[in-house]
Amino acid sequence: MAALTAVPLLAILGEVLLRGYHQLSWAFFTEPTPTAYKAMKAIEAGEPIPGGIANGIVGTMIMLGMAVIVAVPLGILCGAFLAENSKNRFAQFVSYLTDLLQGTPSVIIGIITYIWVVVPMKGYSAIAGSVALCIMMVPLIVRSTEETLKILPASLKEAGLALGGNKARVMMRVQLPAAFGGIFTGILLAVSRVIGETAPLMFTALGCSLIRFSVDKPISAVPLLIWEFFNDPNLQELIWGASLFLLLFVLALNLTAKYLAKKWNQ
Amino acid sequence: MESVIPILEFKKTCVSYTKQTMAVKYVSAAIERNTITAIMGPSGCGKSTLLRAVNLMHSLYQNIRVDGEILLNGENILSMEPIDVRRRVGMVFQRPAPFPTMSIYDNVLSGFSLNGIKLSKAEKDTTVEHCLKSVALWDEVKDVLNKKGTFLSGGQQQRLCIARALAMKPDVLLMDEPTSALDPIATKHIEELLLDLQKEVTILIVTHNMGQAKRISSKSMFMYLGELVEYGDTETMFTNPIDERTKAYLTGKMG
Repeated sequence: MAALTAVPLLAILGEVLLRGYHQLSWAFFTEPTPTAYKAMKAIEAGEPIPGGIANGIVGTMIMLGMAVIVAVPLGILCGAFLAENSKNRFAQFVSYLTDLLQGTPSVIIGIITYIWVVVPMKGYSAIAGSVALCIMMVPLIVRSTEETLKILPASLKEAGLALGGNKARVMMRVQLPAAFGGIFTGILLAVSRVIGETAPLMFTALGCSLIRFSVDKPISAVPLLIWEFFNDPNLQELIWGASLFLLLFVLALNLTAKYLAKKWNQ
Repeated sequence: MESVIPILEFKKTCVSYTKQTMAVKYVSAAIERNTITAIMGPSGCGKSTLLRAVNLMHSLYQNIRVDGEILLNGENILSMEPIDVRRRVGMVFQRPAPFPTMSIYDNVLSGFSLNGIKLSKAEKDTTVEHCLKSVALWDEVKDVLNKKGTFLSGGQQQRLCIARALAMKPDVLLMDEPTSALDPIATKHIEELLLDLQKEVTILIVTHNMGQAKRISSKSMFMYLGELVEYGDTETMFTNPIDERTKAYLTGKMG
C-alpha cells in the first residue's frame, strides 16, 4: 500500500523527465522565450526551438526574493509572539486566523492582490506578484516558527531568564538561534510551496517575454511560462523543459529542508 | 548584641499552583551568608518550588502565586523587578543547559550579553578565565573555548553552567539537584567545587541525595508536604533529628 503512494510521484517525475530532458541546454537557462514566429520557423525547418525560460527564472527569483525579505521577519516575529503567548486570547485568535490564511485558495489571494496593489498602482508588476506570494508564505513561516519554538526544552528559556535577561533578549539570543534549523526548514518549505503558484501571478505579475529586472513592470515567472506555452501551439515543446526545471528545483529545496531538519534534530 | 541581616530570609513564604492547594506552606527560615544550605525531602514536597521562588521563576507562569516575604539582604524580592532579582540570584538547573548555539567562551559571558552589558575584549578574557578557573574547568577547555558548550561532557557542561552563573557575581546561587543527571565522578567534582565556592557565594541546594547533603552542607532543611519540618545544622539533623518525620526520612523509612 505504501508503495502505491510513491507511484504518482515517480510517474510524474518519469514523464516530465522523459519529455523534458532533451530541451535542457545552456541556452534554455540564459535566453528568453522565443516569439511564436521564431518557434514556428524552427519547427518547420525541423530544428529545436530556440530560446529558453530565462525571463521566467529571473522573474521568479526577483518576486520570491522580495517576498522572502518581507515574509521571513514578519513570520518569525509573529510565530515567536504566538509561541510565547499561547494562553493569551488575542494570540489564540491570531493563530486561528493564520490557519485560515493558510487555507485560503491561492486564486483568491491573487484577485485580492489585484484589487489592493495592481489597481492602485495602475498596472501589473513584480511588486504585486511578490505581495501575493508573501501573503501565502507568511502563515507557513509563522506556523513553523511557532512549532519549533514550542518544542525547545523549557530549561533553555528559563536558563536565559535566570541570568537576568529580558524576554526579548532571551528570544533573540537563545531561543531563536536554537530554533534556527527548524525555522530555516520552514522557510525553505514555504518557498517551495509558493514557487509553483500560477493563479495569483496571473492577476498580478501577468508575464513578459523579456528578461526584466524592474520591479514596477509586468514580469514573467516559470509557472506562468508553462501556462503560456500550453496556450501557444508553437511553443508547446517548451512546456516540459520548464516543468522539469520547476520540479527539480522544488525537489532540491525539499531535500535540503529534510537534510537540515535531520541535522538539526541530532 | 549586633543584629546581622541574613543574606536570604523566608518569611511565611507560600507558593500555590491552584487556589485550593499550596505547594509550599508558610516556610520561615534565615539562610546564613557563605554557607551551603541543603533542602531535602521526598519528591513533591515543594523543595524545588521553594527554590524557584527565590529568583522569581514562578512569575513566568500564570496561576502560580507566591505569598509571604522573601528577603534578600533585607529587601523583599517579591516586590522587586524579576530582572534585578535574577542578576543577584544565580541558578543552576537539574539538567546541564549550556546555550547550544553559543561557544564555551560566549556561554560564560551570556549573562552579560543577555543583560545588554558590553565588555571590552580584555574584560571578557579575564572574566572567562577567572570563572572557568573557579569551576576548575579552565585547564580542560582553555584550548577549545570556541567550541560549542554542548561539545563537553555532562559534568563539564554543568560546571560551565555554574561558571556562567558565577560570572554575574550573584549573592546567592540556587542549585536544583545539580548532580542528579551526572555520574558519581562528575558529582564528586561538583561537590568539591561547591565546598570551595561557598567562600564567594551563598549556596542553596536542593538534593535528593542525603549523602550529598551530609557531605557538603553545613545547614539543612527538611521539607515534607510543603512544610518546612526541620531546619538546623546538618550534623545535628543527621545524628539527632527532632521531628519524627525527619527521622523516618533520614533512616529510609519514608521517602
